[in-house]
Amino acid sequence: MPISEQHVRHLAHLARLDLSDAEIASHAHDLDAIVGYMEQLTTVDTTGIDPVANVAGLINVVRADTPTALLPTAVALGNATSHSDHAFLVPKVVER
Amino acid sequence: MSRPTALAIAAAVNAGSSARVAVEASLAACEADTLNAVIRVHRDRALAAADAVDARIRAGERLPLAGVPIAVKDNICITGLPATACSRILKGYIAPYTATAVARLEAAGCVVVAQTNMDEFAFGSSNETSCYGPARNPVDPTRVPGGSSGGSAAVVAAGYVPVSLGSDTGGSIRQPASLCGSVGLKPTYGRVSRYGLIAYGSSLDQIGPFANNAADAEAVLRAMAGADPLDSTSAAQQMEPTRAGDALRGARIGWVEAHTEGLQAEVRAALDATKARLQAAGATLVPVTLPHERFAVSAYYIIGTGEASSNLSRMDGIRFGHRAEAADLRQIYGKSRAEGFGAEAKRRIMLGTYVLSTGYYDAYYKKAQQVRRLICQDYEQAFTTCDAILGPVSPTTAFKLGEKLSDPLQMYLSDIFTIATNLAGVPGISIPVAQDAQGLPIGMQLQGPMFSDVRLLAMARALTPQ
Repeated sequence: MPISEQHVRHLAHLARLDLSDAEIASHAHDLDAIVGYMEQLTTVDTTGIDPVANVAGLINVVRADTPTALLPTAVALGNATSHSDHAFLVPKVVER
Repeated sequence: MSRPTALAIAAAVNAGSSARVAVEASLAACEADTLNAVIRVHRDRALAAADAVDARIRAGERLPLAGVPIAVKDNICITGLPATACSRILKGYIAPYTATAVARLEAAGCVVVAQTNMDEFAFGSSNETSCYGPARNPVDPTRVPGGSSGGSAAVVAAGYVPVSLGSDTGGSIRQPASLCGSVGLKPTYGRVSRYGLIAYGSSLDQIGPFANNAADAEAVLRAMAGADPLDSTSAAQQMEPTRAGDALRGARIGWVEAHTEGLQAEVRAALDATKARLQAAGATLVPVTLPHERFAVSAYYIIGTGEASSNLSRMDGIRFGHRAEAADLRQIYGKSRAEGFGAEAKRRIMLGTYVLSTGYYDAYYKKAQQVRRLICQDYEQAFTTCDAILGPVSPTTAFKLGEKLSDPLQMYLSDIFTIATNLAGVPGISIPVAQDAQGLPIGMQLQGPMFSDVRLLAMARALTPQ
């Protein structure tokens, strides 16, 4: 199934990427070729095969819920373009 | 290589030579880099660290990697230093913590001298997607060093440093090692903590070493391996002791008929010559099959991009990284990401978003995870009849800059021999074995069962006399 430019625009919205019209066209072309190649997977019989999420077979690795000072607030805020002394700042989101 | 090995440097420093000597030599070489393999040199920090190593030795400590200069891929965090994964979106980012792998290496006496070039977020097989421009192959600077850890492969092959760190999600250590002529190890998944590694495909990523010989690679792996409470996927298995004696006599080495197809003639010849050497060394060659390996590229680019699109969603312009000027939050996200990510990163985010999106998840992502199971089972089956699998790393030697950049699918297909390793989680090592007519290096790969890293290194040692 070919990937339309309209579909690519929807994906770009989901991915929060403001792409130019030229980028939309080139992504439609590339995704079409790559996904077309991946269609080969439909020829593999996977009936009853358990999907792999982790090769080590790990499930629910737990640890003690102990607070540690891995990342102090000031350090965590240090890489932000806009912050106060305790929070990341963004434009107002909620109108009232 | 005329430069000393990592283990020779450590022996000298432990015996009382100053760590500054080797560190100064590596700093000078990195500062004179003509390959764009080095993106940052940390002279003052390295000299201070060298002095600290000297002080520890004077105080009576003995360190396995005393005074060994190391270069680190730019996606591995070190407190107080930039870490950009060679992406514009992380320009200016200063890491607030140190990767466990680096912390352990520094504790073992290693001295970080530089950070190395790479494909943006490790998305590439040629180092050409870096926002710092491409790194170049030390054997022929008109050619790529491979990728994504191109800079880390080049700095070792060029002799700037005896060892370096890379990361391998689908071949990103082994392929550049092959193209540059160094040893490169992708450890078993979980062997090395991923804490502090900027995530690409979390179920596939591993940090691993580059070196000019297998003994140095083993020393680096040994220093950084082991369980880490900061990475819940790190493995508890202990490293077995270094294998003494003849690793090849009596070993059963598998080979796959399909791995002989589509190879540059000289790569094919090197594969045949390596088989003959293994037999001469007393190994038995065993034909094996990996029936689902031909689906590995598809499964990998679905799982890897799905995980990447999720991991890269944290690059939102708010907490760190590039933030675009915009009036509202939605536009900050969209513009920051559009301005910050390069073309290949956008392509993989889009592909990952596609395979995870409503209505497509079962057809792509779940299907790929099921095929991943079949690939894991293929390896388990193969390792019932052999101890390791020999094969090529890359179908060709180093290609020219720009040669494959315009066709993403062709670039993806160049990973064909390395990505099944990551899907299965098993270890793989690239060993330099030959050169083509133009003098370009050819590497061969050995893959082994889960946690057979030490045995693979012993085999590699036997294939590359020190």
